[in-house]
Amino acid sequence: MDFLIESVLKVAVVFGVLLGSVAYTTLLERKFLGRLQVRHGPNRAGPFGLLQPLADGLKFFFKEDIVPANVDKPVFILAPVIALVPAICIVAVIPFGDSVTIFGREVKMHITDMNVAVLYILGLSGIGAYGAMLGGWASNNKYGLIGAMRSGAQTISYELAMGMTLVSIIMMSGSLSLTKIVAGQTFYWNIFFQPVAFVLFIIAGLAEINRTPFDMPEAEAELACGFNIEYSSMKFALFFMAEYAHMISLAAITVCLFLGGWNLPFGWEVPFVPKIFWFIAKVFLLIVFFIWERGTFPRLRYDQIMNLGWKWLMPIAIVNMLVTGVVMTLIG
Amino acid sequence: MVVIRTLIPLLKGLAFTIKHLFVKPITYQYPEQRREVSERWRGLHRLKMDDGRLLCVACGLCEAVCPADVITVERTETEDGRSFPSRFDVEVTRCIFCGYCQEACPKDAIELTRNYDFCEYTREEFNLNRDQLAKIEEA
Repeated sequence: MDFLIESVLKVAVVFGVLLGSVAYTTLLERKFLGRLQVRHGPNRAGPFGLLQPLADGLKFFFKEDIVPANVDKPVFILAPVIALVPAICIVAVIPFGDSVTIFGREVKMHITDMNVAVLYILGLSGIGAYGAMLGGWASNNKYGLIGAMRSGAQTISYELAMGMTLVSIIMMSGSLSLTKIVAGQTFYWNIFFQPVAFVLFIIAGLAEINRTPFDMPEAEAELACGFNIEYSSMKFALFFMAEYAHMISLAAITVCLFLGGWNLPFGWEVPFVPKIFWFIAKVFLLIVFFIWERGTFPRLRYDQIMNLGWKWLMPIAIVNMLVTGVVMTLIG
Repeated sequence: MVVIRTLIPLLKGLAFTIKHLFVKPITYQYPEQRREVSERWRGLHRLKMDDGRLLCVACGLCEAVCPADVITVERTETEDGRSFPSRFDVEVTRCIFCGYCQEACPKDAIELTRNYDFCEYTREEFNLNRDQLAKIEEA
């Protein structure tokens, strides 16, 4: 019973925090991107535009929910949900910090410690792509369909490279559980041994979540929004939220796999600072990097994306994996 | 080598954009902060007054020169034989703000002010008549 209450509370808190962060990541993105482009971001709703996400949400809520004629209705309605739910579910296996003691009870700072967490993440991120694909397909719109096809092709190509990079991390930590992977990084972060894998993972991850410069499925200029072209109101909002939830979960996974989770490097400790702070700080910095990178890089052409995925990331990831294996065998 | 040659410009790009984080935004915060326009700015029209009387003598030159054909002038006379417009309408929505009316006017009676933000709820409200044009302040 205690376990049940604890779990439900944890789920509720994590869910709330995640949705809150999704809302405010949109604001952060708009503000930060604005400053990179030498303009102010949104600054009208509340002080510094802090109420902007609320205003956006309200606006989405009051918009007309259009279901166009000739769409595949059940799939059309289901697609945004399929896009959002896996993005949120990924957070279930992410360890946020060390255990803390609340009311004399040791509370682990993760919802569940799955022993196949990495596989779980790979699986869910694959399902996330279905949201875009089904949405584009069900819309019965040519732009939507092209966007959906691109989304599918991109996910397949980059998931391979992503999986290969993950293998080298798994070999080093000897476990698929994120908690164990983080625990293995108390002294040396994985990024110190695997800088190449880190870069590959970030690139493949960005492509996987369809973020700039890999936002081919929704290329505004040529596809007029791509897979979500026929969506309006809260259905569009769900896609939008899924995008940002994906971004947050990618940042959190990267932190767990490469940046030592809640640990500082070299076993440093700072008194009075809860460990979860370091985790949040790293996730925040990564998200800032994703926005910074969006403000810098133009979108790649479709064939360039495929080239990069198959001819560069894949071979480099395989070589990286082999080298890791050889070095590990030699060192013992 | 190829990888490094590809990565270096990307890093340069990142450095370039992050520099702009510390540049003051160049956008105007419009309602509070207005753009300072030039002295010769061609904005909303106004009819000049002198001692409570319009300078306009309704010669119709502005009407003739107007390329967008937005000015309508009708002439009438006072009892002492002075000519003045009984009607002077400007359809501001169709105006192209070329300033020819101002140039053509022999009495210097019509002027384009520096007022550039005017808005109304309907199109009809943009059709300004003589008295409305006379009331517009010099901006």
